[in-house]
Amino acid sequence: MSKLVLLGDEAIAQGALDAGLSGVYAYPGTPSTEITEYIQRSEPVRQGQVRADWTANEKTALEAALGMSYAGKRTMACMKHVGLNVAADPFMNAAVTGINGGVLVVAADDPSMHSSQNEQDSRFYGKFAGIPVLEPSSQQEAYELTRYGFDLSEKFRLPVMIRIPTRLAHSRSAVERSPVRIQNSMAMPSDPGQFVLLPALARKKYRLLLSVREKLEEEAATSGVNRLEQGKEKKRGVIACGLAYNYYREVAEKYRLDEPVLKISQYPVAPEMIKDFVGMVEEVVVLEEGYPLVEESLRGILDTGYVIRGRMDGILPRDGELNPAIVAGALDLRREKPATVSDVVKSRPPALCKGCGHADMFLALNEALAEYGPGRVFSDIGCYTLGALPPFNAINSCVDMGASVTMAKGASDAGLHPSVAVIGDSTFTHSGMTGLLDAVVDGSPVTVIISDNSATGMTGGQKSHATGRLEQICGGLGVEKQHIRVMIPLRKNHAANVKVLKEELAYEGVSVIISDRECIQTAKKKVRKG
Amino acid sequence: MKKDIILAGVGGQGILSIAAVIGIAAVESGLHLKQAEVHGMSQRGGAVESHLRISDRPVHSDLIPEGECDMILSVEPMEALRHLSFLSPEGWVVTSSNPFKNIPDYPAEEVLIAEIRKIGNHILIDAEQIAAEQGSRKVSNMVMLGAASAHLDVLPETLEIAMRTLFERKGEEVVGMNIAAFRAGREAAGRG
Repeated sequence: MSKLVLLGDEAIAQGALDAGLSGVYAYPGTPSTEITEYIQRSEPVRQGQVRADWTANEKTALEAALGMSYAGKRTMACMKHVGLNVAADPFMNAAVTGINGGVLVVAADDPSMHSSQNEQDSRFYGKFAGIPVLEPSSQQEAYELTRYGFDLSEKFRLPVMIRIPTRLAHSRSAVERSPVRIQNSMAMPSDPGQFVLLPALARKKYRLLLSVREKLEEEAATSGVNRLEQGKEKKRGVIACGLAYNYYREVAEKYRLDEPVLKISQYPVAPEMIKDFVGMVEEVVVLEEGYPLVEESLRGILDTGYVIRGRMDGILPRDGELNPAIVAGALDLRREKPATVSDVVKSRPPALCKGCGHADMFLALNEALAEYGPGRVFSDIGCYTLGALPPFNAINSCVDMGASVTMAKGASDAGLHPSVAVIGDSTFTHSGMTGLLDAVVDGSPVTVIISDNSATGMTGGQKSHATGRLEQICGGLGVEKQHIRVMIPLRKNHAANVKVLKEELAYEGVSVIISDRECIQTAKKKVRKG
Repeated sequence: MKKDIILAGVGGQGILSIAAVIGIAAVESGLHLKQAEVHGMSQRGGAVESHLRISDRPVHSDLIPEGECDMILSVEPMEALRHLSFLSPEGWVVTSSNPFKNIPDYPAEEVLIAEIRKIGNHILIDAEQIAAEQGSRKVSNMVMLGAASAHLDVLPETLEIAMRTLFERKGEEVVGMNIAAFRAGREAAGRG
């Protein structure tokens, strides 16, 4: 079959389609977004043979996938690493129920936090749940491991995680396809109690999950995904996990290294495989993109004195992503000092687009709040988080999806008035609605500004579940009709908008102001398409 | 043969289109390719870069090692300087001289140009002027690709076919304008 040039994300997408995927569910989040976008553009989706839906959030995505699995089909839920926190409840429990049709959970990690609030390593979630984790090192492996992942999932009747970091998710290379496998036909689970986690049943299911652990290790030792690459120099051995393998190979080729390498792309790793490898060499270097998961397990608490080098002993930095220079440094390879960058170069942080409605909203909000003083605006995850930077300096928090509303409630309960939340439309339907209900039920005076751009803007303008529904949703949650206000954030409306904001800031109850203007990027795209 | 190229610019200036053209052309030429790019937050007017690696042998790392880059191809002069630690001593800097000022402390243009002139192998091009002559400033990125093309080890004809592939769905006029911009950039660099 012909080769395609694909992003790591797209390789997963194509791999899933070719492996008989029936549906993908996802909430957009960098660096995972392109998986679902690719599937949405694909022929099988356009012909209605495969579902590819954006969902309200990652939890609903994974639950929908689990439902599709219940009905016997192969399915996938995709999210960024912090999205897995949102989906953690079904994630942990799906390991206990097990699956019917194959389930892949794709977690796209963002070490170095290019576009995220933390750099958590999703492999720990896989370990936590007790399910297999696959960690491709290249686009071709991303394609192949996706297909293998479905087979693995159905073999052990467990969900399987695919972990992909930013640099692979957003890097392109040629991928060779395998023949297309047809979709599973619909079939109920053979055990009608499989998905019923009543305590008595859950205990049984959990013991079953624990009992399969050794078989998973055995699988990882024999599948060929983890492999030993022999080397003549036995002083040092290198355990290279996921993407770190590429950086090692780059460096090894340049410096003509010839030492044993254990390439890891499947977990849980069989202890015997590690023991055999470590026995071959005098010391071991562990290279992993993310937290020191393998390194920590090698050391244990009792650290036997065997030399283990890596992120924990400081030859690699404890945080941030790896690259060839860092790996070369860790291996004590001398490098010429690179040219220095002139201090003429100034940092150029991202900024709101010219003509962005969030900007006009912030200008009006700053003016309306001037009389109360600074420090009372809780915000959220999205383009409008850039309101924290000059020239706006308008927001005081960005923690997790939906936290603007609930933090404003808590601060209000502590006596802060006015207490303001600024949240985007898509973030509001992702995780803001429940917090607003809390504020309504408890009568906590908060002013919630939903900066509605009719899109999930930051990730490229995907559909927002909130579009056209916000007034009804807020009314339905119990916000009084006269305190659901709509304003159009344009320069010419500035004075009127400040007035609306001032009125609601003064109100000692729950109010919602919908600041309604389409994302300038999605608007431009529509014009271009005609 | 191996070419490691860092494409630099500001979000929205079209460096991913340059990457796509070189990428398509490289694959057409039977070369191995890896191309890492930036999506997400920094695309909103921030500094962006793409690491593009083409070789006749398999490419391992998606990122170019520091000090080993063969070319920095930038559509903005300050962004050309941001990645200098990656440039090999024999490497080329090919950059537009047109500043994109969206920060308050943007340096004086003559200081920037002087810094670029300090680099042994450099090509400075007034891409916007040349693009405007071809019909639209929007094709400045293809002017820069043209200016760099003599040092890419990919035939210009192959690059033009790749441009046709990439822009085809936008219509013949767009294809023609991009190819004209590419040729004008190539010519301008040749004049030195």
